[in-house]
Amino acid sequence: MNQVVEKLTLKDFATDQEVRWCPGCGDYAILKTMQKLMPELDAPKENQVFISGIGCSSRFPYYMNTYGFHTIHGRAPAVATGVKLANPELDVWVITGDGDGFSIGGNHMMHVLRRNIDLQVLLFNNEIYGLTKGQYSPTSEQGTRSPSSPTGSLDLPLSPCEIALASGATLVARSIDTVGKHLAPMIRRAYEHKGAAFVEILQNCPIYNDGIFEQIKDKKIAADFRVEVEHGKPVVFGKDSEKGIRLNTSTLRLEVVELGDDVSESDLLIHDEHNKVLAQMLSVMGGADFPVAIGVLYSNPKAGLVADSHAQLDTIRSKGRGDLQTLLNSGNTWVVS
Amino acid sequence: MELVEEQLGEHHLNEKDVMDVVVRFAGDSGDGLQLAGTNFTQTTALYGNDLSTFPDFPAEIRAPAGATFGVSAFQIYFGASDITTAGDAVDVLVAMNPAALITNLDNLVNAGLIIVDTGAFTAKNLAKAKYQANPLDDDSLSDYRVLAIDISKQVLAAVEPFGLGHKSALRCKNMWTLGLVMWLFDRDRKATTEELKAKFAKNPEIADANIAALNAGHAFGETAELPSGIHIYKVPKANVAPGKYRNITGTTALAWGLIAASELAEIDLLFASYPITPASGLLHELANRKNFRINTFQAEDEIAAVCAAIGASFAGNLGITSSAGPGIALKAEGISLAAATELPLVVVNTQRGGPSTGMPTKTEQSDLNMAVGGRHGDTPIAVIASSTPTDCFEVAIEAVRLAIKYMTPVMLLSDGYLANAAEPWKIPDVDSLPSIPVKYHQNPDGFKPSLRDETTLARVWAKPGTPSLEHRIGGIERSHDTGDISYDPDNHQKMTDLRKAKIDGIANDIPLQKVVLGNSSGKLALVGWGSTFGAIHQAVKRCRAEGLDVSHIHVRYISPLPRNLGELLEGFDRILVPEMNTGQLIKLIRAEYLVDAEGLNKVSGQPFKIGEIKAAIHTEFAELADQESDQ
Repeated sequence: MNQVVEKLTLKDFATDQEVRWCPGCGDYAILKTMQKLMPELDAPKENQVFISGIGCSSRFPYYMNTYGFHTIHGRAPAVATGVKLANPELDVWVITGDGDGFSIGGNHMMHVLRRNIDLQVLLFNNEIYGLTKGQYSPTSEQGTRSPSSPTGSLDLPLSPCEIALASGATLVARSIDTVGKHLAPMIRRAYEHKGAAFVEILQNCPIYNDGIFEQIKDKKIAADFRVEVEHGKPVVFGKDSEKGIRLNTSTLRLEVVELGDDVSESDLLIHDEHNKVLAQMLSVMGGADFPVAIGVLYSNPKAGLVADSHAQLDTIRSKGRGDLQTLLNSGNTWVVS
Repeated sequence: MELVEEQLGEHHLNEKDVMDVVVRFAGDSGDGLQLAGTNFTQTTALYGNDLSTFPDFPAEIRAPAGATFGVSAFQIYFGASDITTAGDAVDVLVAMNPAALITNLDNLVNAGLIIVDTGAFTAKNLAKAKYQANPLDDDSLSDYRVLAIDISKQVLAAVEPFGLGHKSALRCKNMWTLGLVMWLFDRDRKATTEELKAKFAKNPEIADANIAALNAGHAFGETAELPSGIHIYKVPKANVAPGKYRNITGTTALAWGLIAASELAEIDLLFASYPITPASGLLHELANRKNFRINTFQAEDEIAAVCAAIGASFAGNLGITSSAGPGIALKAEGISLAAATELPLVVVNTQRGGPSTGMPTKTEQSDLNMAVGGRHGDTPIAVIASSTPTDCFEVAIEAVRLAIKYMTPVMLLSDGYLANAAEPWKIPDVDSLPSIPVKYHQNPDGFKPSLRDETTLARVWAKPGTPSLEHRIGGIERSHDTGDISYDPDNHQKMTDLRKAKIDGIANDIPLQKVVLGNSSGKLALVGWGSTFGAIHQAVKRCRAEGLDVSHIHVRYISPLPRNLGELLEGFDRILVPEMNTGQLIKLIRAEYLVDAEGLNKVSGQPFKIGEIKAAIHTEFAELADQESDQ
């Protein structure tokens, strides 16, 4: 008779810790989505490890009833690399924010993605420093007024997905904190992906940067400001799916077009998540002229450093394990009698 | 205090039988003198002398030929009694060009022997060395005995039958010179011959040419009419304990100590490091030993290296990271995280000259303060220091033992001198090494991440992947009772006290401080740590032979200090602390024991000379005599 394995539920993944994010914080929605998704992944609970840096988002591991490590500012990818190298069986999740992941920890982010470490990076991007009380971050729009930029920030923002692609992430996706129906499948894709998966989650900070993503979240207008890309499907958006994205083959640029007499769906860009150049173009869409792309922008699963490192160890060790006494006696020796 | 240079009037090579000799091979980086030195070391060990060696590399990787800043040297001190330093002053200087001569002459004893390649004393090379006139042609070397040979010409003749090009043929100069020095000290060429055959197995003609050059250099000594007073010197064999020996550098000994520890603890090691001089050798050696329980990870920076090591320890491996001073500074926040989360971590610091980039290839002991106190917060960790190249093996095992047993970061202090210096090592019997128990928590009943061993105060090690032990750790202060985040004032006091008590408690688990040499109380104690061991030891030994009541105490455990050290120090009228810094251990022991210690400090990038320490001991006794006559 088969052993009956009790199915885990959302509650099994909640801890007894009081959640201490501000009321209305987007992190609550992400946490709920994750706790709900976890039982559906059918993964051993004891193999789940959440590793974070510093910042509001980095409190996340305290609320997941799995293994968790709240490390130091910006360094979660490096700690996660060590965890994964030590035990490749573990499912490692890096929880980070725009400041943690792309300011103080930018170097580690670049290298964890470059090495294609088989883990999931969930970057909560709220375009502001929350825990230190509202200073502008590396993803803040230029001109953001904050305690450290009272007359408007001067820095130009970076695009997390664009950098993730350039760094070598083999899955890059974007989603929205409160859109669980979209977010959950994105996290699942990241989980099932072989290699480094990077998910940018646009997350609202109700205290210091409230409403920054309102256009793409407000159900009344969101359809005009965001486009959900799906592999093999034309890139269509708008309340009545009346608009689309077309690749202008003479300028090699994307353009927004109205579907109608002159333009049909077959003229539109068909999303190909294996095409990195396309992914790069989609990743930087936004602003006044373009909708923000959400979905899996890029996917190219392959083995990374951890798998390669252990394969190398296996090859070396298959030729014979080292013997300590033999090592100590190796090389030029002499005997004094 | 001021150092008084001892007048080195030992005219060693005037005698036919000499008890100990220092030979220094110096030349361009490309002259192959490190190889010549290594082979001379090998044959000297086989001959039966005790010895110690030190390579002296330039910081530049490929300095222009003939430049003074490109001089590479290899020094060996060998003799009939115990040798613990690479030697104060040089008896025989091999100078392959004018730059090697001008940069090494200062340290040559009076009447010392200089072997020079006249073929390299060209106008161009003399100018590069900033010689106004050729020193071989005037009387500027009259205090020394000079053996001036056109080695280049000799070598070209010796290897002619092998049909090498001019450049390749000249590359055999190092072996010709080695052959001559081997003749001078009656050494056997067999081991070198075999090594050359193995090294050039794929190019037998190169091997043959090098062997021919080696033999020609030797034959030159036998047959040429050398200036009077230059002849074969026989250095009696040392009285060495029976056993099997090999020559080993501190770097190799440390790497092998870590490998041994992984076997003794039956645990996989993740060695995560970022390249830095002079610590990279450890990464190189371990990267070659993945057939053991070793994996290596070259991180993107020093911070990532320590963090990856911490991650590995969290996951149940032992994480080890390694660097030199500037890199250790970058790791400080990570080390604090390991201390706060109570995870095992070994941090190897191969110290070099500071501050900032300082002198990367030169040695110093100036990171003791940083090791003991260089972290934010009240963050004690264990600190231990190795004292000789061979001691690195044992200290590495001890660092791993403490890290695992006490779930704490341990900093292991080595330095540039220890890393590169080599000495004979009696190969230990693996079965005699103690096992290191590792306990991963398994039992879910009553599990909390804050559980700890009542004796050691070590926190439990519950690694991810273990069913029903899911828990969270982190850098935020945790409740003593539950392990959950806590900002409670009383709890912070309690946890701070606990972290201190845990490290202090290690004092009960380490050997009592012993006196290395001399009485356990008396007039003067020299208290050292780290690589000054050899020089202090010889100085104390020589002064004791003169009848002075001086003892040598050498501290391995810096944090915590051995529990009897204070009492031991009280038994001496005077305490002198030689250090290659401006006074770091001395502040620690003054603060800890309120003893009136004096410092002997040298920060030149060069190790202490025996003579410098001897002179300081003499000064101490002169002052003691003055005090006594005043009373």
